[in-house]
Amino acid sequence: MRHIDHKNVVKRMGSRMILNKTFKAIFFMATLFALLSLAILFYRIVSQGIGFISIDFFTNFGSRIPENAGIVAALVGSLWMMAVIAPVSLILGVGSAIYLEEYAKKNKLNDFIRMNIANLAGVPSVVFGLLGLTIFVRALALGNSILAAGFTMSLLILPVIIVASQEAIRAVPKELREASYGMGATKWQTISKVVLPSAIPGILTGGILALSRAIGETAPLVVIGIPVIIQFLPDNLLSQFTALPMQIFDWAKRPQEAFQSVAAAGIIVLMMFLLIMNSIAVVIRNKFQKRY
Amino acid sequence: MVQVNLNKPQLKETTDSNQNVNMNNIVYDTKQLNLWYGNHHALKNIDLAIKENEVTAIIGPSGCGKSTYIKTLNRMVELVPSVKTSGQIIYRDRNIFDSDYNVEELRTRVGMVFQKPNPFPKSIFDNIAYGPRIHGIKNKKTLDEIVEKSLRGAAIWDEVKDRLHENAYGLSGGQQQRICIARALAIEPDVILMDEPTSALDPISTLKVEELVQELKENYSIIIVTHNMQQAARISDKTAFFLNGEVIEFDQTDTIFSTPSDKRTEDYISGRFG
Ligand SMILES: Nc1ncnc2c1ncn2[C@@H]1O[C@H](COP(=O)(O)OP(=O)(O)OP(=O)(O)O)[C@@H](O)[C@H]1O
Ligand SMILES: [Mg+2]
Repeated sequence: MRHIDHKNVVKRMGSRMILNKTFKAIFFMATLFALLSLAILFYRIVSQGIGFISIDFFTNFGSRIPENAGIVAALVGSLWMMAVIAPVSLILGVGSAIYLEEYAKKNKLNDFIRMNIANLAGVPSVVFGLLGLTIFVRALALGNSILAAGFTMSLLILPVIIVASQEAIRAVPKELREASYGMGATKWQTISKVVLPSAIPGILTGGILALSRAIGETAPLVVIGIPVIIQFLPDNLLSQFTALPMQIFDWAKRPQEAFQSVAAAGIIVLMMFLLIMNSIAVVIRNKFQKRY
Repeated sequence: MVQVNLNKPQLKETTDSNQNVNMNNIVYDTKQLNLWYGNHHALKNIDLAIKENEVTAIIGPSGCGKSTYIKTLNRMVELVPSVKTSGQIIYRDRNIFDSDYNVEELRTRVGMVFQKPNPFPKSIFDNIAYGPRIHGIKNKKTLDEIVEKSLRGAAIWDEVKDRLHENAYGLSGGQQQRICIARALAIEPDVILMDEPTSALDPISTLKVEELVQELKENYSIIIVTHNMQQAARISDKTAFFLNGEVIEFDQTDTIFSTPSDKRTEDYISGRFG
């Protein structure tokens, strides 16, 4: 008794092939659609904004006259903010990930915590803005300073960094840990000499992608009241400042037609910023992976 | 056996010294060891006395608890959170389950070689120096000496001496496994545990590791898990046969392979099951 009737198989072969091709076409169209929208967006922004990109644009402060408007305050402000976000979010994020993966016992409570950290990554950024307003701006009286904004943004991207680091740590082969423990290494020696070196490419890639998200976020900055018109460069962490997305947002909502193009120029700068960060992530990943 | 009998009268001078000699001969004395993974009773009332400077082979069908047992000897099994144990394992006069027993210290005295070669993604030198470094040796010259001695001890010095600073992942599987043995030797252990160290290796590399085990037993006590009956017969002095978490038979290797006393041992070694 045979279960597969080969005549039948041949008869159905045609329709199977058609289905196969159809799905291939659907997936191709989906990719094409995404790429096309991206290309149009890119073209529109660049063609509109490129005329305003000049040395003056990088050295001037904001201005009422579109031709004089520059981005220096926002660019420097974003860099300052990054200087707060990067260490704070990486130290807290990697620390929590190490705790959750290596130290926390596998029980219901810890499973619940793990699950909710992943969920936190999906909370709208405006909610983090409100949190920052309550805690950093008001309760800790940091005002609308670089520090307050940096802490708020750190909170926003912390869940993403924790989850990415957890995954990188979990991907370190069990055999390597066993080898280390087997020679009498303590847990901390094993973590610092075996687990982290192997996990670092994953942690940094996730971390830098999270940081680029923080650079582009606007809502939390609006909520904690970051000003737009700033005619000086910040000189310490408690200075007032403005940031790239705030500046772009402000230009985009002005009525004069010319400011739309200034906004486009600002977006070009922001995109370059993100591109550089993502390239750094790629370089780090390749550099570290070559060693294994 | 005959020799031991001949020697006995000499040792019998005083009962006391005789007992001492016996005590000191035993590295690992397992008494009524039970182990559970959650509810699964993986080791049942194990009694085994393992002598020093011998090769003790552990054989048995898949899933009978061989790996579990040798991982218990250096308490690596406790990395599995659900593990519970009862009974005693006396290592050199102390029960390793004592609450104040320091596992890191135990694992410094008892090296382990795993089934799959697991070098670190570091240079050959850094692999071997890992153990000494975590135990606080920083002096470059001392490290150089340890690395050379360990690599020679694992019979791989000549193959790698010109590429010590290359990544260990660039070596063949058999070389990697000998690097792992060298890495275990670098902590100057007393006992070496090996869990199927040749199962991932080709016949020639296997032979090299087997020869190495023969040399190492001069200075170390070796406990080796193997699925390969010929290997157990070739290299071990004593053999323990495990089945379903129990020790069915433990005796001189010659006896186990020629005149086993238990029917199940005979069935297993003659390939009737497992
Ligand atoms: N981490 C674990 N959690 C739960 N049960 C386990 C775990 N590891 C092993 N066991 C169970 O314990 C029993 C003994 O396993 P062990 O790995 O010691 O067998 P083994 O004799 O080494 O087998 P093999 O020859 O296949 O390596 C098996 O039934 C196995 O399913
Ligand atoms: Mg096993």
